[in-house]
Amino acid sequence: MAKITLSKLRHSYYPNPKGPEDFALRDIDLDWRDGGAYALLGPSGCGKSTLLNIISGLLMPTEGRILFDDKDVTAHSPVERNIAQVFQFPVIYDTMTVYDNLAFPLRNRQMDEVMVKSRVHEIAEMLEVDDMLSKRAAGLSPDNKQKISMGRGLVRKDVNVVMFDEPLTVIDPHLKWKLRSKLKELHQKVRATMIYVTHDQTEALTFADQVVVMQDGDIVQIGTPVELFERPTHTFVGHFIGSPGMNLLPCEIRGGGAYFNDARIALEGPLISGGRGKNQVGIRPEFVSFGKKGLEARVKKVADVGRHYVVEAIIGDTSINAIVEQDAPEQGEKVHLNFAQSHTRVYRDGWIATQLPEAGR
Amino acid sequence: MQKRSWVPIIYILFLMLPIYWLVAMSFKTTGEILSGFSLFPQTWTFDNYRVIFTDPTWYWGYFNSIIYVSLNTVISIIVALPAAYAFSRYRFLGDKQLFFWLLTNRMAPAAVFALPFFQLYSAVNLFDTHIAVALAHLLFNIPLAVWILEGFMSGVPKELDETAFVDGYSFPRFFTKIFLPTIGAGVGVAAFFCFMFSWVELLLAKTLTAVYAKPIAAVMTKTASSAGYELGLLAAAGTLTIIPGAIVIYFVRHNIAKGFALGRV
Amino acid sequence: MKPSYQKAWFFVLPVLVLVAFNALIPMMTVVNYSVQETFGNNLFFWQGVDWFEKLLNSDRFHAALGRQFLFTGIILAIEIPLGVAIALAMPRKGVWVSVCLVLMALPMLIPWNVVGAMWNIFTLPDIGLLGYFLNHVLGVDYNMTQSPLAAWMTIVAMDVWHWTSLVVLLSYAGLVSIPDAYYQAAKIDGASNWAVFRYIQLPKMKRVLTIAILLRFMDSFNIYTEIFVLTGGGPGNSTTLLSIDLVKIALGQFDLGPAAAMSLIYFAITLLVSWLFYTLMMRNET
Repeated sequence: MAKITLSKLRHSYYPNPKGPEDFALRDIDLDWRDGGAYALLGPSGCGKSTLLNIISGLLMPTEGRILFDDKDVTAHSPVERNIAQVFQFPVIYDTMTVYDNLAFPLRNRQMDEVMVKSRVHEIAEMLEVDDMLSKRAAGLSPDNKQKISMGRGLVRKDVNVVMFDEPLTVIDPHLKWKLRSKLKELHQKVRATMIYVTHDQTEALTFADQVVVMQDGDIVQIGTPVELFERPTHTFVGHFIGSPGMNLLPCEIRGGGAYFNDARIALEGPLISGGRGKNQVGIRPEFVSFGKKGLEARVKKVADVGRHYVVEAIIGDTSINAIVEQDAPEQGEKVHLNFAQSHTRVYRDGWIATQLPEAGR
Repeated sequence: MQKRSWVPIIYILFLMLPIYWLVAMSFKTTGEILSGFSLFPQTWTFDNYRVIFTDPTWYWGYFNSIIYVSLNTVISIIVALPAAYAFSRYRFLGDKQLFFWLLTNRMAPAAVFALPFFQLYSAVNLFDTHIAVALAHLLFNIPLAVWILEGFMSGVPKELDETAFVDGYSFPRFFTKIFLPTIGAGVGVAAFFCFMFSWVELLLAKTLTAVYAKPIAAVMTKTASSAGYELGLLAAAGTLTIIPGAIVIYFVRHNIAKGFALGRV
Repeated sequence: MKPSYQKAWFFVLPVLVLVAFNALIPMMTVVNYSVQETFGNNLFFWQGVDWFEKLLNSDRFHAALGRQFLFTGIILAIEIPLGVAIALAMPRKGVWVSVCLVLMALPMLIPWNVVGAMWNIFTLPDIGLLGYFLNHVLGVDYNMTQSPLAAWMTIVAMDVWHWTSLVVLLSYAGLVSIPDAYYQAAKIDGASNWAVFRYIQLPKMKRVLTIAILLRFMDSFNIYTEIFVLTGGGPGNSTTLLSIDLVKIALGQFDLGPAAAMSLIYFAITLLVSWLFYTLMMRNET
């Protein structure tokens, strides 16, 4: 188990990078405490796999340092860093049995056979593969193969960090949730530092204590799943997390207030002054409700998603989604929208531009 | 990884040695060759090449070879395409057996067929024609083409066919406008292999020809035995036979490794 | 599952006709000759299995068969490991890869008689590059036309030169299809280079290696032109392999009966061994 620090990390796949657009990772500074479960969330191409490979040592960063427990490991190989990585598709040694697969990393480190045996059985039990230990790895189903890949990562007790690179990609949907919960369970038992890379917000939010959201090589926000949902500090986070994502309404700033269609919008707190840029009001559909007074809108579409309704309303050119549990309005109906003030914010060029009121955190 | 790359380099040097020697010899006079050893031509001469380019017996040898090889490649590919499609997309009575039987022909020793082919093609009055050699080589090339094409075709999902039919494409139009471009690399690889095997094969080509369709290989062997050791001339002729092969490899160089795995890796 | 469609036979009809024309008719002729005797006057007399008996008991046939198995055994033992080793040593990515592959493929596109002629010129004792080098620089007594050992070493060297690249290209294709993640996982697991070869590379190359062995077995077992042009089967008949012997009998002596019988036995052996390999290969496919 180790504390991981990333310091001023930048990486480019080009030999002579010129501008910021040549960098896959730009200025990453991060601290991960020991034993936590972390997720790296972001769309394809945002740099999360690059970051993962830099942490594991499979890739040398163009600039910056990586520290495990305050020790600089930037020049160390994966073996020296003592990490484990689970890939998108199961990587197992086909010709070996399940037992030999799990034992492989231990035997390579010259561990005594008795200890190997006990350790392998321990992990196999945890993963519920102990009944297939003598089977050849090649004949198993993908989810079992992936379990064994994970097992190989966890079998070493002293592993510093276990990394998962979109490990559920090849798993059948109905088995995904099983493996997800198994992973969470494993983390609670093993208490190793785990980093989980994914583009799926459900996976990230259920697994992690803390989520790092990335976009285009930058870290956009770090926080607990609740924080990310309740108070996104970037429009990307607001839009990427939540289904549907946060509503964004173009607005004007006049005299310290925000105006949308000439109606003043009540915000969570005072506006951060200064800076020019595109201003938008952000409010999650969960916090939009219907009432007798409020912004006038017309209902365009109502979708019944089972547990709730998603109502799409239009004001002029702007589309606003709202989530209601019951009493959804009819299509074409004229409604009045209310925004919960504590969750209404302004974003300037994507970044949050309102502050929380003094009383509170 | 870099330290191991001297292995391929040494291997390639080993491969180039006899070729260098052949080319070097083609620029020497026969006198120089027979009088002693010289690493590099002392008296550089183009005479050998001049003979080949001016003597019809010689240059017709090349044309003949190219003619029947091209004929063979074209026919092989054209008949192999529908067959490969059938093997790839459908099951039918005897399909596995047929496929296996096709492959066994590829395994046959050419020597076994030398005499029978001589008699067969003489009987149908095709002796000493380009088409005879082209047809004879089909025995080996069609199975190979079918094998390679089937491998590439199986890599194309059936959904493509189904979508095209749903969209109203007739089968011929679908095949030529959609399917063929998709397996383009496979056709290139199959054609490369057909060219290769037909170009290099001598026994049957020699057996089935005499004068009119005599391939360059036969011209060379005839010269070697009858005119004594005209080594320089032979070397020049040999060097020229390497060129078509080099050109063809160049065109398929991107798919060469994939092709050698017959599209099935 | 592929749908059943009997009309698909029309698709394979052209192939069937062309291959059958070339295969069945000659085969029938050969079978015909193999059980008859002719004294060169176009009269045929039934011989039954006489020719087969005579052949299977003939020293000459045994000798040729033995030489053939020896030759095939030697070149398989050299070309397969050598080809794999070279493929392993090649970089997996980069601009030099296609250059290397093209150069390596060159020997395989040279007409077989030119290959034989090339090696002939190359190994002439006093005026060939290799011949001169061996005789006058290293002081070794090397003459292919006089020493059977020298002749054997030359034909083996020629075949290795000619065909190892096939094994290289096939093995290389198998190697590059292995996803990087396997190598990365092995690194993380702390596996040695040998373990990477044994547990990752070799298993993944099994299919291409089977193809390589099958092709090399078939082609070397049937080899004719290169050796005929290089040594003519000599000195004496020390390098007279099966095909060369067969052509001598068939086209040289016009002994149709024995030639035909030998053809069938020859074909049967090739078929049997190839079928064994083919079954192995198809078994791995499922």
